Amino acid sequence: MTNRATSTNSPLLELRGITKRFPGVLALDGVDFTLRAGEVHALLGENGAGKSTLIKVLTGVYRRDTGSMQLGGLEIDPQNPAQAEQLGISTVYQEVNLIRELSVAENISIGRQPRRYGLIDWQACRLRAQEALAPLELSIDVTQPLRTYSIAVQQMVAIARALDQQAKVLVLDEPTSSLDTAEVEQLFRVMRQLRKDGMGIVFVSHFLDQVYAISDRLTVLRGGNLVGEYGAESLPRLELISKMIGKEVAQVADMENRHAATQAAGPHPVVLQAQGLNRRGAVEDMDLKIHSGEVVGLAGLLGSGRTETARLLFGIDQPDSGTIEVDGKFVRKHGPRTAIRNRIALAPEDRKEAGIIPNLSVRENIVLALQGRRGWLRRIKRAEQQLLADRFIRALNIATPNSEKPAGQLSGGNQQKVILARWLAMQPKILILDEPTRGIDVGAKAEIENLVTELCADGMALLFISSELAEVCRDSHRIVVLRDRRKIAELTGEEIQLERIMHIIADEQPTEEAEDRTDA
Amino acid sequence: MPESLRKLTWPLAALAVLLLFNALLNPEFFSLHFAEGRLTGSLVDVLDRATPVLLLSLGMTLVIATAGVDLSVGAVMAMAGSISAVLLTDVGMPVLPTLLITLLASLAAGAWNGLLVSMLGIQPIVATLILMVAGRGIAQLLTDGQIIPIEGHPGFAYLGGGTLFFLPVTITIALAAALFTAIAVRYTALGLFIESAGENPTASRYAGLNVRAVRLLVYTLSGLFAGVAGLIYASDITAADANNAGLYLELDAILAVVIGGTALSGGRFFLAGSIIGALIIQTLGTTILMTQIGGQSIPAEWNLIVKAIVVLVVCLLQSAALRQILTGKGVRG
Repeated sequence: MTNRATSTNSPLLELRGITKRFPGVLALDGVDFTLRAGEVHALLGENGAGKSTLIKVLTGVYRRDTGSMQLGGLEIDPQNPAQAEQLGISTVYQEVNLIRELSVAENISIGRQPRRYGLIDWQACRLRAQEALAPLELSIDVTQPLRTYSIAVQQMVAIARALDQQAKVLVLDEPTSSLDTAEVEQLFRVMRQLRKDGMGIVFVSHFLDQVYAISDRLTVLRGGNLVGEYGAESLPRLELISKMIGKEVAQVADMENRHAATQAAGPHPVVLQAQGLNRRGAVEDMDLKIHSGEVVGLAGLLGSGRTETARLLFGIDQPDSGTIEVDGKFVRKHGPRTAIRNRIALAPEDRKEAGIIPNLSVRENIVLALQGRRGWLRRIKRAEQQLLADRFIRALNIATPNSEKPAGQLSGGNQQKVILARWLAMQPKILILDEPTRGIDVGAKAEIENLVTELCADGMALLFISSELAEVCRDSHRIVVLRDRRKIAELTGEEIQLERIMHIIADEQPTEEAEDRTDA
Repeated sequence: MPESLRKLTWPLAALAVLLLFNALLNPEFFSLHFAEGRLTGSLVDVLDRATPVLLLSLGMTLVIATAGVDLSVGAVMAMAGSISAVLLTDVGMPVLPTLLITLLASLAAGAWNGLLVSMLGIQPIVATLILMVAGRGIAQLLTDGQIIPIEGHPGFAYLGGGTLFFLPVTITIALAAALFTAIAVRYTALGLFIESAGENPTASRYAGLNVRAVRLLVYTLSGLFAGVAGLIYASDITAADANNAGLYLELDAILAVVIGGTALSGGRFFLAGSIIGALIIQTLGTTILMTQIGGQSIPAEWNLIVKAIVVLVVCLLQSAALRQILTGKGVRG
């Protein structure tokens, strides 16, 4: 943090009253954002807070509905990302948005290739690429295709492209999520250098450690609204989290100490046990035990390893090391099919990509997993399918005129129920719910939470993942807290308190005051 | 009305329009005669000649439903013709084992496509392009680039020219293949698996379906049906013609499937639609041959153009976007 002097300058970039509406959603509601030259400014918020919409407005992917944007005191209105780049606003996305098959040099100069006699001057192109890479302390062969390099290097190339364009504003959108510790350190060195050179950097990340390590100021969004702008030193981590999730630290203890779930009964057998699960870039040394009739909640911020754990348990990804046991038997050659054979079910986080088959009927979507386990020869009779579908449409209160409606035409909450029905139809022993309540309305949310409680009363083991801490606290018997891909705490019974979990996620000891309140 | 019937409306309408056109211009199109123990006439001729494309389109429907495509079926037809010719004439093998080996080879050819697509993850269009080129090459190598006559094998000649139930036996073969396919996909869970895997392979995998096996199976079936079509063609012309057998028929098969309402993006498929599509294509060909305008027949050079126009019209009729524009509702970007 060497160069605070420059950050007192007049703003480099000023966004005022930015509003962006999508059909049915007000994604941004009069949001202000100010970036000074020579600062790293973190943009923070939970999913759906409006971070990516704001960035897309800034970089010309979306057009704002209202509001003003000034860069260096001049009004700007980028129509597309290329125009934003020309104006001096460059973006590096998590998934590098360069062309993987082209060489590094081409990627750096694409769209602005040096020309001679009307033809591209490849020599100059290579030299320019090397020049752009030099300040990043990166000496690589610029003639090689981009895909031959690691994501970290690809990001550096994207940054080099921004330098080559004399960018004044650099937007880094979740740049560290696929980097390891050393690579993150290298990125931070570059960011500090650029800050010193007077660049304004917008940093979006879910890793709060990293946010505090590099940022000068923080802007927090929630539900499309600006919560506030803060100096990084003046906003303790716990307060930041409470601002992100929208609960006052002081209120938290009183509000959410009740949780409906009763103490998990001791003698219930362990149905699922994972030991020492490791997967690079996903989780480290994960131990997890789930008993029958127990709801285990996974708490942690996005990117903390919640979904990654679910994917390992369901066999979508293979662990680099570690073991998974179901009913005391080791699971080998793990894949979704073996998981299902072991009666593990997963309702995935990404309902649209990985859950619903949109053009197949509600009935077909419901019988799919059961039929999959039976195999193609033993078709479930049509009448039996109908019974199953009707039963679950009633039991889960799925709002559909009939079982033959294409599932993709239902609302998000009802689609989620169809996926739950798909799994309940095959009577799983272990049900993993990854964000089952995301993006669905309050009523459906409550129904799904009630269902979780009922299922576990029937002896099912549940692993419950949700970004809403309050929800996890309400529904879980035991909570495993994750941070930075590691399990950092496990709470049961009386220990399950929202505030306590927030403290653990924030890596801070609870203040005495808060301690007193929770004891009371 | 269930979706499967609704989807058939436009293809059936197109077929009806074609037949109506014939009723007006070529009244003899509908005349049937009974001669030499079988029915003859243009309608029978259409059904007989449609069988190769119809067979191909059955396999193609399932392949396209998995969001794939099989470009190699024409080449597999040529391969099947060449293999059977070599076995019958050079090796002197009896007809039944010849047919069996030819069909096994076609099955293997289809399985090869399936392996490339499902296990190695090669894009279907590329994977089957390989066999489209190599298959015809193998066919030409087997026959030394010559047309090999297949004569003196009445059993083999029966396939393409024989009579059963007073109709060309090809019609029964095609009908049997269509029934077999329909039963295989609708009376087992295979149809559901194919549609699910085609529309959302990730979700299907998460639901415990063996998406790879599904893909392998549909390409294998497609190869098998191409083999049957190749045998019928070779029997019909009583020769193995490696250069021309099945040439461009993969395109006709794809057209038939598309006309029949199955989307190239995969998912829901309509076997009956594909069959009607194959019949439309063949009816069109026969119509052009038979139509006389002012005492002159339409030159054969017009065949492809007219075919393209009719296919375009059928596709436009099925286009939801176009219907919205026409009904003034507009399309949303």
